[in-house]
Amino acid sequence: MIADARKPPAAPSSLRLVMTLAIAGLVSGVAIIGIYETTLPTITANKARELREAVFKVLPGVTRMQALVYRDGRIMAVPEPQKDEPVVYGGYDEQGDFVGYAMPGAGPGFQDTIALLYGYLPGDKQVVGMEILESRETPGLGDKIYKDAAFVAEFSALSVEPEIVAVKKGTGSQANQVDAITGATISSKAVVRIINETHAAWIEQLPAPGTEPPLADATGNAGTGQ
Amino acid sequence: MDNLPWIFISALLVNNFVLTYFLGLCPFLGVSNSLETSARLGLATTFVMLVTAVCAWVLNTYVLVHAPYLRLICFIVVIASTVQFIEMLIKKLSPALFRAMGIFLPLITTNCAILGLAIFATNRGYGFVEGIVYALGAGIGFTLALVLLAGLREESELSNIPKLIQGTAMNLIIAGILSMAFMGFAGLFSTS
Amino acid sequence: MKKNESYEELVKGIWRDNPVFVQVLGMCPMLAVTNSAVNAIAMGMATLFVLVGSSFLVSTFRNVIPKQVRISCFIIIIATFVTIADYTLLALVPKVHKELGAFIPLIVANCLILGRQEAFASRYPTRLAVMDALGMAGGFLLALFSLGAVREILGDGALFGVRLFSENFEPWIVMILPPGGFLTLGVILLFFNWFRYKKDEFLADVAEAERGGS
Repeated sequence: MIADARKPPAAPSSLRLVMTLAIAGLVSGVAIIGIYETTLPTITANKARELREAVFKVLPGVTRMQALVYRDGRIMAVPEPQKDEPVVYGGYDEQGDFVGYAMPGAGPGFQDTIALLYGYLPGDKQVVGMEILESRETPGLGDKIYKDAAFVAEFSALSVEPEIVAVKKGTGSQANQVDAITGATISSKAVVRIINETHAAWIEQLPAPGTEPPLADATGNAGTGQ
Repeated sequence: MDNLPWIFISALLVNNFVLTYFLGLCPFLGVSNSLETSARLGLATTFVMLVTAVCAWVLNTYVLVHAPYLRLICFIVVIASTVQFIEMLIKKLSPALFRAMGIFLPLITTNCAILGLAIFATNRGYGFVEGIVYALGAGIGFTLALVLLAGLREESELSNIPKLIQGTAMNLIIAGILSMAFMGFAGLFSTS
Repeated sequence: MKKNESYEELVKGIWRDNPVFVQVLGMCPMLAVTNSAVNAIAMGMATLFVLVGSSFLVSTFRNVIPKQVRISCFIIIIATFVTIADYTLLALVPKVHKELGAFIPLIVANCLILGRQEAFASRYPTRLAVMDALGMAGGFLLALFSLGAVREILGDGALFGVRLFSENFEPWIVMILPPGGFLTLGVILLFFNWFRYKKDEFLADVAEAERGGS
């Protein structure tokens, strides 16, 4: 009797081990899928709203927008761009007339990658707004690229011909020059460089001014033609 | 952002995984009392990072596009399996090394640096080559930070340290100064 | 009797066995998210959710999970809770989620949570395990908040975004940068050491006096 009590319990079978893991995995999978489906509408709505707000900020006067991609040799409107497909956003006013493009760009800054969105009017060849979407620049110095209202305002009427140039603070005089932030030269120049690079990548593919894709209505059909 | 040298140097120095992102602190503070162990652990971790980066890319590209919510669990399983596999490999190839590394090998599994690597690479959309370069930079950077702290700790054992500061407090303050030094690398690769 | 036990478990995690200051666990997220008080609290709440949830499940099923696969089961449970927390935060407070970034999924690798499952939740009844989890998470939240508050006040001149000082205050920017995290925690640990040292000294004196007196 005593010897029996001292015997160690038998090790669980392999089947038991596998079953336990399988059940745990299954329950876990169900729970995760559940929360994903529940939160998906809210998350997509949040993302869309953030994007809309940024686009409206960099293109004054714009109240509607749509995604534009370059396929089959021309710019066209799509309800949903493919993953990793380069996209620009067309901004339209209340009447549905084209106003300008909101172009996203990204590149290395001083500390890490900077992601931004800038508004561009093809008719005037001008940048009319810039919004930093992501940045990890140095707080107090580099982060002025979005905290310093004066710097952001430099981008509200900026010519892109021949290209944007960042110059020392106070010396900017021409239409394509931006005053860099004192003590954050590299971050400022990075912003300018990102805009120039994004622009160079898209300028060949943008249609001639006045022939931009019209705003597609809710059913995905293009509005009455140009 | 496809700039491979930038990715490598950034992970290695400018945004060092340990000193800037605070990843991998458990081994950083716990293991770094011996220079040799630190170097070995760093090497093993780098290898696990490389394997993880490749597996993460494969998972992201082929499997997780259909089920993004399973990402976390899949990554953890991959990391745990890789560490298990390396343990068996080292045990078979070099029992002496296995004995020397002891408990630290299984601990690589809970090293936030590896999971962090997988998550960062996913968030930044790195491809296959970029992932490998990133893992190399991160792993070597991790090893570098570990070796630096280990060297400093070994030196400090010969000095008279007030009893109050000894231990983790001192290591953290040294790490803070190291981190400040590494901040000097920012802007190393500025292309203006 | 039971009530006292539960209370004990709850309180020990907050001060005596504080996971960060005493056990030195859960460091990675600690330093990364404490550059502001709001981020610190958000991370603390997320960790609390994961820890309590995991402890509850692990403790409830502790007699059913075979020993050989227990770590894998713990990890599956923890990862599930973390994923839930991740999506919930993304849906409810996207701005905070963006600040915390990749560190929410990294809660999975937080040695504190796995450690508590292994050391406590898998061996004790559900009620005690949940109390322990609450206490540990509470201590963790406390540590996060103190670190975050100090770093934000010194590095930004604000607390919860509210300016504390006049315009002339030159913030100590390094505090919200990575070195500041290391240094602040190092100094706090220093105070903890000093405090414990003094306490030990005091107790030794008392014991000495008692021995000498009797």
